[in-house]
Amino acid sequence: MKLRTLSASLMIAGLGLVGHTAQATVSDNVIRIGFVTDMASVYSDIDGAGGVEAVRMAIADAGGQINGKKIELLFADHQNKADVAAARAREWFDQQKIDLLIGGTNSGVNLALAGIAAEKKKPFFAIGAAASDLTGAQCTPYTVHWAYDTVALARGTGSAVVKAGGKTWYFLTADYAFGHALERDTAKVVREAGGEVKGQVRAPLNSSDFSSFLLQAQSSKAQILGLANAGGDTINSIKAANEFGIGKTMKLAGLLIFINDIHSLGLQATQGMQFTDGWYWDQNDETRAWSKKFEARVKRKPSMIQAGNYSAVSFYLNAVKATNSDEGDTIMKWMKSNKVNDMFAKNGYVREDGRMVHDMFLMEVKKPSESKGPWDYYKQIAVLPGEEVFTKLSESTCKLVKK
Amino acid sequence: MITIFGIPLQAFLGQLLLGLVNGSFYAILSLGLAVIFGLLNVINFAHGALYMLGAFLAWMGLHYLGLNYWVMLLVAPILVGLFGILIEKCLLKHLYKLDHLYGLLLTFGITLLIEGLFRSFYGASGQPYSTPEALRGATNLGFMMLPNYRAWVVVASLTVCLITWFVIERTKLGALLRAGTENPRLVEAFGINVPLMITLTYGFGVALAGFAGVLAAPIIQVSPLMGSNLIIVVFAVVVIGGMGSILGAIVTGLGLGVIEGLTKVFWPEASSTVVFIIMAIVLLLRPAGLFGKEK
Repeated sequence: MKLRTLSASLMIAGLGLVGHTAQATVSDNVIRIGFVTDMASVYSDIDGAGGVEAVRMAIADAGGQINGKKIELLFADHQNKADVAAARAREWFDQQKIDLLIGGTNSGVNLALAGIAAEKKKPFFAIGAAASDLTGAQCTPYTVHWAYDTVALARGTGSAVVKAGGKTWYFLTADYAFGHALERDTAKVVREAGGEVKGQVRAPLNSSDFSSFLLQAQSSKAQILGLANAGGDTINSIKAANEFGIGKTMKLAGLLIFINDIHSLGLQATQGMQFTDGWYWDQNDETRAWSKKFEARVKRKPSMIQAGNYSAVSFYLNAVKATNSDEGDTIMKWMKSNKVNDMFAKNGYVREDGRMVHDMFLMEVKKPSESKGPWDYYKQIAVLPGEEVFTKLSESTCKLVKK
Repeated sequence: MITIFGIPLQAFLGQLLLGLVNGSFYAILSLGLAVIFGLLNVINFAHGALYMLGAFLAWMGLHYLGLNYWVMLLVAPILVGLFGILIEKCLLKHLYKLDHLYGLLLTFGITLLIEGLFRSFYGASGQPYSTPEALRGATNLGFMMLPNYRAWVVVASLTVCLITWFVIERTKLGALLRAGTENPRLVEAFGINVPLMITLTYGFGVALAGFAGVLAAPIIQVSPLMGSNLIIVVFAVVVIGGMGSILGAIVTGLGLGVIEGLTKVFWPEASSTVVFIIMAIVLLLRPAGLFGKEK
């Protein structure tokens, strides 16, 4: 079984604060967190076991307990299947009485989980998933979308590329919910900025060879090839693009790039590429210090998603501490009226539609000569203010937004 | 400009050629499966994992020992073959008398084990492996730029396929192998060591998978999941060609590569399913496969 229960509490109750009299409203005296993500497949490097470790770090930094109530973590592999994830979440809510549900990677899975958490009236964090629908048409009062979304990626990378002269686009799209959302959101940005979309080809998830799709893209004579895919698909399409010399006639725009993709492909194949990211380990002293601790445990630098896991869980635990409660509505109210200030986000805030608004960054991959070694891969080109880069409330299709 | 089904002739030829490249992988992988099934009656589910192992050995050779592509093209299949012999000697040989299903379950278990080990050590994103110096660059064929490495893949895998076919179908050794599986006791009566022959056959079959893995390393990312993405399609190829048919595996592999390539142009979304649609049709019309014999 991939489900493991572990007690994150290292402190033995009774060492201090005996006779603490605060009135506790923490249900069954435990703060229990359930985390489902891809532990073994295409998206396991960007979240997976490293993501679990990041959550553990947040729990450890909170002391393993809040006001004498132990914090527990449950985690499971969703295998990128919405039904597997949904069954696990229901079991956790009904039998294990979890107080917080976290969805890792995969937008399809997260959309399913959001519905279940809303039904149980418990907070739900979508961290690794990208689809903007989570806080758009399919928003719920209990969803918080933490790290990034397809609209932010589209506005960040899309407008930067059009501004730099990339007027005509062709999309290579992963043929499922996430790819379609990313293509749709980016195409909108391109058209609004006066660009033109020449066409798209929808490749099945986990295609082993992208050369055929790339030649179709090339014959469109578009200037920009927008890669609306992720993980292994992005890696293999960039690799094939290099092999076929696609870069001579088109410029590649990776719409969702993780540091693990760059690490895997190497700088030679990726240098100069611009993309949008929500966080990078080498941004300031705070991010570096946290990443060092993460690396000591996981032997890799953290991705944006893993850092997001830490940030989101810490914020939740702050909410529990401040309200001395793990009751869903109380927590949501606190989270929507307090700022997020940690190594992940500065002055971030959770909006009524569930979007955690924070600054994003336009990054460029360094040349091999500029890099000091493994994981030194990004140059920051611009800060993209959260207010501009995420869906504005005035454009929102979420039913919770009062207009 | 001449067009075929609405696309320019040049683009059409390009896609045909790319299909042939992918078909070469299908051919060499399904050939290994066909040899193993034909002679051992084992459905070798570990084939994908051993293909991945071949690619990883190539990467490890370069990364840890500085051994280049050409050395590993020879060494990796041998190591994979030896590993296969170990599997056969220790595990598989106890299952021959049982139903096919047991062999399938065992090899499936081995797959999970190997893939899990590699994933925990190297993660799922994979490792980069660059094209060998001599085969870098591309050749202008008039209708497309063909990377030299892809041309080499077609040549190398077709050569290996044809040699295998020739050895099994046209030489004395091949005749003994075929006789040994048909009636092992009779062949043993002639003083031939049949169990050894079977062990070596399994080793050879999986060495083909290792060879394909090294060929694939410069094209796709060397990742623990590369085998499982491919193996189901390869099984479909074997079923379409006819289980155990050597020539069937080669021809069907190439043919399906081309069909899949063309699907990527006319209906990209269906390109991952077209092979299975063909499989369903073939099974309805010819249950033994295109080249298989009814037993």
